[in-house]
This record gives sequence, C-alpha cells and structure tokens, in this order.
Amino acid sequence: MSTVAGPSAPAGSDERLLRTSPLRKLLGRPELGSVVGAAAVFIFFSIVADSFLRASSLGTVLYAASTIGIMAAPVALLMIGGEFDLSAGVLVTSSALISSMFSYQMTANVWVGVLVSLLVTLAIGAFNGFMLTRTKLPSFIITLGTFLMLTGLNLGFTKLISGTVSTKSIADMEGFDSARQVFASQWTIGGVELKVTILWWAVLVAIATWILLRTRFGNWIFAVGGESDAARAVGVPVIRTRIGLYLGVAFAAWVSGQHLLFSFDVVQSGEGVGNELIYIIAAVIGGCLITGGYGSAIGSAVGAFIFGMTSKGIVYAEWNPDWFKFFLGAMLLLATLLNAWVRKRAEATK
Amino acid sequence: MGAVLAAVLGASLVGCSSTGGKRAEERAAQAAAEGRSAVNTPRWTFAMVTHSGDGDTFWDIVQRGAEQAAVKDNIKFLYSHNDEAQQQAQLVQAAIDQKVDGLIVTLAKPDAMKDVVAKATKAGIPVITVNSGSAESKQFGALTHIGQDESIAGEAVGDELNARGRKKALCILHEQGNVGHEQRCAGAKKTFDGQMQNLYVEGTNMPDVQASIEAKLQADKNIDAVVTLGAPFADAAVKAKKTAGSKAEIDTFDLNAKVATALQDKTLGFAVDQQPYLQGYEAVDLLWLYRFNGNVLGGGRPVLTGPQIITSKDAAELAEYTKRGTR
Repeated sequence: MSTVAGPSAPAGSDERLLRTSPLRKLLGRPELGSVVGAAAVFIFFSIVADSFLRASSLGTVLYAASTIGIMAAPVALLMIGGEFDLSAGVLVTSSALISSMFSYQMTANVWVGVLVSLLVTLAIGAFNGFMLTRTKLPSFIITLGTFLMLTGLNLGFTKLISGTVSTKSIADMEGFDSARQVFASQWTIGGVELKVTILWWAVLVAIATWILLRTRFGNWIFAVGGESDAARAVGVPVIRTRIGLYLGVAFAAWVSGQHLLFSFDVVQSGEGVGNELIYIIAAVIGGCLITGGYGSAIGSAVGAFIFGMTSKGIVYAEWNPDWFKFFLGAMLLLATLLNAWVRKRAEATK
Repeated sequence: MGAVLAAVLGASLVGCSSTGGKRAEERAAQAAAEGRSAVNTPRWTFAMVTHSGDGDTFWDIVQRGAEQAAVKDNIKFLYSHNDEAQQQAQLVQAAIDQKVDGLIVTLAKPDAMKDVVAKATKAGIPVITVNSGSAESKQFGALTHIGQDESIAGEAVGDELNARGRKKALCILHEQGNVGHEQRCAGAKKTFDGQMQNLYVEGTNMPDVQASIEAKLQADKNIDAVVTLGAPFADAAVKAKKTAGSKAEIDTFDLNAKVATALQDKTLGFAVDQQPYLQGYEAVDLLWLYRFNGNVLGGGRPVLTGPQIITSKDAAELAEYTKRGTR
C-alpha cells in the first residue's frame, strides 16, 4: 500500500489510525529479512574463518561493503520508485575518467575536474530520467542503452585522449592531496584501518533513509513505485520524482568514481561492467521489491554488508574462489525467499 | 521407463571409448609427480592474488605450477583472483589480514596495487610479482618479478610475422585495461614491417570474440595474420576465419591442448609461450627459498619465463603436457 500524505485524516474509528504493536511494526520492516540474513552470514564466517573476526579484517570487510553500499542506497531508492539503472556500474568509471582526463588535459586544479565530473555525471543521470519519462519505455531498455553507450564512450574517449586504455596519473597535480583526503583517505582507529568511503556510505544511507521516511519526496517515491498512474492522479509529480531518483544514482556514482580515481591515481577505462547488477542484488537482499513500491535504504546497506562479508569471508575461510558466484546466487535466492516469507507473515497479521 | 533405463545403461557399457575421456586423464594424472613434501620446513602459508577473470585456462596452469611447488615445499597455498583492480587490491588486503607468510601478486593494473603491496612489505610479508608488472615490481618493493617482458614478447611476434612474410596483421586484445596486453601489441607493431591494427573484444564472452573477429575479417580482406593474446581466443579466431572465408594465418600468445594440436595440423602458424607453469612454480619456490635461506633470484631484474616461439615442429612433444594441464 502506498502511503501518500493526504490532508489530515478525519478522526474517528478509521482503521488507518489503529495502533500497531511494536513487534508487528518490526515484522513489517522491509529490511528485517536481510538483518536476519546478515547475522547468519556473520556468525557463519566467524565460525569457519579464523581470520574473519580480526579487527583488521573488519576494516577490509567494511571497505568492501562501503564501495557497494554507496551505490546501493540510491539504487534502492530508484527501485522503490519502480525503475532500474543498468548504467550505474559504468557510470562510476565514466565519472572517474571525466575528472581525471579533464584535469590532466586542461592542466587544471584537480578540483576543477572533480566539479566538471559532477556536472557531467548528473547530466547523464538526468538524461536517463528524461528519456525514461519522455519515451515511457521500460527503464531496463533505456538504461541498457546508456550502459552500452557509456562503455563505448569510456574506452573510445580514453584511447583518443590518452592513447592507452587507462588515464595518465594525476597524482602530482595541484589539489590532488586535498581531494584524496575527501574521497580516499583512511584513519586508523584502535588498529583498524577505516577508509573514508565508510563515512560516505553511512552519510548517504542516512540521507536516503531520511528522504524516504521523513519527506514528501519520499512519499512520492513510494507512490510512483507502487502505482504511478494513481500517483499522478492524486497530484504526485511523477516525472520530477523519477528524474530526481536518477540524479541520486548519478551523485553516488560520482562519489564512487572519485574514490576510484583518488585511491589509484589512474583509471582503467574498461571497468565497472557488471557492478550495476551487484548494486541491484544488494538492494534486493535488503528487501527492495523488483516491482517497486517497497523497500528501504538501510536494507540496501545491510545487503551491501552481506555482500562484503561473503566476498571477503570466502577468502578468509580459505575456500576455493571458483565457488564464489554460486554462494552469491544462493544467498540472493535465500534472501529473497526470506523477504517474501517475512512480508507475507507481516501482511497476514495486519 | 525401465526399458529406456536399461537401454541407456547398455549403451554406456557397450559404448566404451578406448581413447580420451576421464580414463585417459586419470592415467596422465598417475604419471604426474607424486604429492609429497620434500622438505621439513614449517608449514608456511603463501597466498597468490591474480587479475584473472573467472575460469581462465592460463591461470589454471599457473595455479597448477604453484600447487606442485607448494606440495614439494610443504606450503599451504591459497589462491584468489578478480579482474577488477579495486577488487584485486581488496583481496591482497584480505591476504595481509590473514597474516600469510608470503604473497604472490600480479601487477596488471599497477597503480591500483601500489598501496596494498607497500602495506604487505611494511607488514613484513615478502612479495613476489608474477606475470605482468616487470617495470613496477622493484619500485613497489617486491623481491623479484617472474614473467615475460611483454614488450620483448611482442617484438618477437613482430619478427616472426616478418619472417613469415605477412603484410597486414590484427592484434586481438581480450582484457581491456591490461597494460601487458597493450605492450604486447605495441611491441609487435614496433618490429612488424607491415601494418598492424588493434581490436578489442570482450574476453569473457566467447561468441562475441568470434563475431567481432569475423566482422573485422569480412570488412578487410587484406588482413593476412591475426594474433590473439590468449590460447582460447586462437580457437575462436580460427572459427571466425572459416566463416569469414579469410586466408589469414592465426597466431597466438600462450599455449593449451587445442593450440598444440592446431599447431600440429597447421591451422595455427605459431604460438608464443610464456610458460605459465613456471610462473606459478617458481614464485612459490622462490618465496620458500627466501623464507628458508634468504635467497633472491634475478639480481634485481625480472626473471624471464618467455617468450618461447613454438611452431609445428615442437608441438608434438608439448601436446602431451598440455593435455595434463601443465603447459
């Protein structure tokens, strides 16, 4: 059910005003299934992998989770809004390439490149949203198109400008150190190395959750994803909401892209392909419905955390990595089944 | 139902193959070295982290070599891989977290690995780089580098193409962003007297590789040589050549069982082997030597495992080794 904020509901014996018990409220949360799953994965790897519980390992796992989670949060919002973005993975690479190559070619302060990249990345996001709302084609097709185009542009432009498939190092340019502080620094807290991406991740998830649960825009997202025609009929600006969601994904892609650039100085033009599915998986494990209208940003963070734990846990457990994708797929299935089951139970008790 | 089952069982009994199959493989495995440690040093743990994609034959051979050395040297050998630079760096970090006694990494994307390799050496873990990254290895603080100098290998290909009187060649790159691959094609271009073009294909998608080469060969009938950078892609190139009706000679980097037989029946011109088995084997063995005796090989320079040009003459002997997965 979508929760469109209407004029204040008339008092009386309205079923919407019935108080629900805290337990029932908890059972109705979309991320519940994933939290249970995350706990299970955590306990599992704590038992089978000796080095999993070390403090330094936690830093590695959190870092792996954060690089996925930064993107998974806006992707979750987009999915709640009923749309996909298949270009999200390569958009990260595009964003990194743009700032790197702009700074280098113009011999500009690195921050200029970073800002140019923000504008271009947002423009690509807006293009996705605009095309979607204009053509009314499925977002799957539209963003598949941008995905392929960006993959080609990434390689084409990089080869054209740098002569090779990777960019030239901008590590010795002005502004690099301060930008590195913002996007790719790390601190050591109690022997654990924590990367700044973890902070970005936390902030983005917090903002996404606030938007989703506390603002009008959040209500619009649920409404658009639940039933967009009905939403339009009650006055929800469907077009603006959708474009806004794609801008959110683009912003996160910019953050991830800058992290990629400033942690490695050099960007490989062919990377990022396939990551869009990982973001979607994280959002789905976190309780987002493929059909839209239901899900949470915190769930996407839990999904990313599960992903980080599994990908690194298999290494800590010293298993053959050939099986990694199998575990991932099995986990995805289990998470989705658990979600569906929890949701059915929650709805049955309403 | 029962009749069908009986028929299937009967067919499988009667239809035994006297050549190939699982049985031949088992016989070959028996012929391979027995798995027993030859030293009584403590059981050290070495981890190898490569930039390989999923299910790559080349890296399978490297792994075989490493495992063989690990058995001999009483080493616990761990292997992990990812073709995305960021992910590979994270895997190295995970190995450091595990406090391994030695680390073997590839530097296909050197900038991404710089920090994490430095972290490993700072943590007192000896690092050996293999395969790609001969230029950066020493600078990053690795003990030594074991591999093939990609530019030299490329130049060898250019020379060989000249010797074979080729005029227009195509270089097929199957891993975008791999500096070593760029160097191979650039090296070949340098020494090749004719014209050479690069073609990028998606290495994890074989039908796409074949279709891309096919399209290129159809578009340009003057191409008389195709150089692929990995053994599995040579096979795709051969198929593409047939459907495109081209007369180009297919040559390849690296070796596998199919390449060996194709060299024998001359569907392939030549292969440039960098002996992946050696890269895995030597990396583990040299780490063991360093741990045991403080030995370092190479004198601060890369230890070269290639290029070795293989033509139809040498192929017969190697075919057997490729079948058991060690060449």
